[in-house]
Amino acid sequence: MIEARDLTKRYGDKTAVDHLSFNVEAGRVTGFLGPNGAGKSTTMRLILGLDRPHAGTATIDGRKYADLDQPLRTVGALLEAKAMHPGRSAYNHLLFLAETQGLPRSRVDQVLDLVGLREVARKRTGGYSLGMGQRVGIAVAMLGDPQVLLLDEPVNGLDPEGILWIRNLMKQLATEGRTIFVSSHLMNEMAVTADHLIVIGRGKLIADCSTQEFIERSSDKYVLVRSPDAARLAGLIAAEGGQADPQDGPGGHAGLLRVTGLDAPRIGEIAAADRVVLHELTPRLASLEEAYMELTAESSEYGVGRAPAGPPGASPAPDGPGPATSPTPGGTPAGAASSIASAPTAGQDSQ
Amino acid sequence: MTSTSPAVPAAAPVAVPPATHHVGFGHTMLAEWTKIRSVRSTVWTLLLFVIITVGFTALFSWLTESHWTGPHAAARDATVAGNPVGFILGAGIGLGQLTICVLGVLVITTEYSTGVIRSSLLAVPKRLPMLAAKVAVFAVLIVIVAEIVAFACFFLGSAILHSKVAVTLSDQDVLRAVLGAGLYLAVLGVFALAVGSLIRHTAAGITTVIGIVLVLPILSGLLPSSWGAHINAYLPEQAGSLVYSVHTSGQLLSAWQGFGVFCLWTALLLAAGAYLLQRRDA
Repeated sequence: MIEARDLTKRYGDKTAVDHLSFNVEAGRVTGFLGPNGAGKSTTMRLILGLDRPHAGTATIDGRKYADLDQPLRTVGALLEAKAMHPGRSAYNHLLFLAETQGLPRSRVDQVLDLVGLREVARKRTGGYSLGMGQRVGIAVAMLGDPQVLLLDEPVNGLDPEGILWIRNLMKQLATEGRTIFVSSHLMNEMAVTADHLIVIGRGKLIADCSTQEFIERSSDKYVLVRSPDAARLAGLIAAEGGQADPQDGPGGHAGLLRVTGLDAPRIGEIAAADRVVLHELTPRLASLEEAYMELTAESSEYGVGRAPAGPPGASPAPDGPGPATSPTPGGTPAGAASSIASAPTAGQDSQ
Repeated sequence: MTSTSPAVPAAAPVAVPPATHHVGFGHTMLAEWTKIRSVRSTVWTLLLFVIITVGFTALFSWLTESHWTGPHAAARDATVAGNPVGFILGAGIGLGQLTICVLGVLVITTEYSTGVIRSSLLAVPKRLPMLAAKVAVFAVLIVIVAEIVAFACFFLGSAILHSKVAVTLSDQDVLRAVLGAGLYLAVLGVFALAVGSLIRHTAAGITTVIGIVLVLPILSGLLPSSWGAHINAYLPEQAGSLVYSVHTSGQLLSAWQGFGVFCLWTALLLAAGAYLLQRRDA
């Protein structure tokens, strides 16, 4: 299990990670989601002891990373693609790492087989594609057969087959009881991979809940109805307490209504009762991507267009109380923790 | 290219030997040795070092020998006759040492430029053992290569000059000077590595080391002689080079004192590099 408590990291006067607390439980894939620049990679480096936090702690199974004996046997990490010497072969890259942990050469061959790179492993990595580099990175992460895996954007540069492969690999490793912590800025990728989500924006926690709950809470349910007699139907729906918005704008279709407040069977019954002809009746969930964009829009570091009101990068609460941004102060009980904190714009003055 | 991968072999059952006995410094050194030997730049740079050092020793010895009676070379001939070992070793090492400087910097800065440092530190999160192992492996490698080269230079140079100046290993201080050449180059390599660990950038690191080795002595030579000489004597390269020359009567420091000063400089830089390695984000 990975535990982050009040983690804070600043670069100059820019706060990359801001009093971040969360748990990553074993036995499931935990997605770490946020727009570019939200602080995902920094958080991972803090957990791994590569960067020093200004405040807070990060532990893995109760111990700091630097205190682990043979750390690669406990924790595997994929941080950036192709963090390898271009003149060194993948085999030798894995070999020197294996040697630091007292692992035999045969283990290097095993992980090369696992990622399907055995044939090219003796070639210098400078000629590898991004996808091959990513596979070497996964081999590195798996080298010590660790119980905890941190993967930063692992599907970057992989072809569809590779994406499917790593998705299945992560799921299988999780069912073996391992802790899988995987970051992405792609909501749709996480929706099909992760059991649990930790969403951050501007270094702060936005949500910590199951993927299912995140979808249900943040998704916007509505029904699309198309009828040649849309105006009359809209009136009937309004009379029943629903709301019907015409969708016949530019590029829209005549007679299309977006109905909220009533479910599809009820709309069908209303229409049948008054003999309104329906051409379409479709229940819809707003795309997850849209919901995620909505949730993180205010906290996007490099937002386009809709700039946040506050000065960019400024922390609203200098040395402010950490728990104010942490929805469950004092630690989240296993599994039970689920909360969606208000997005930073809404919660700025929550202290 | 990724099509070389088989169709999703899933996570094959992967057996890893149980967490063994304590993993110690020996494992870290073995890993550093793998790092050094598995990169072509190491081999090429060391090859260049051998060619330059032995080549220039032979060339300078031969030119001196063949022009021995030349009227304009008379003063220089006296210098060579007075300190044949210094001449033989100095000719090749003066230039060849630059390759050792480059290699020492490269050994650490390429870890930063390629991002390998993060893998290295994830494997050895206490960090200091990684640097210590790197220094130890590199120093041993250089001392072995440099001693071989130093003896080769001596025997080659003394053979070429034999008809004009006779010098053998059994002459006073000669064996010390030849052995000292290898030691000097090994410490110089560690010196460069220490600078690299402070600067973490290849071009800037190499420039700095070359500046210290080649430019500082020239600058200090421009100072007023009274204190210029003292500063000059304690500069890293000037002090260190005493250990591979025979005639030290006019010097402020003895051969081993000079070498000690050089080692002290190196130790200080290395300590600073170790401290920053612990403090800085990787």
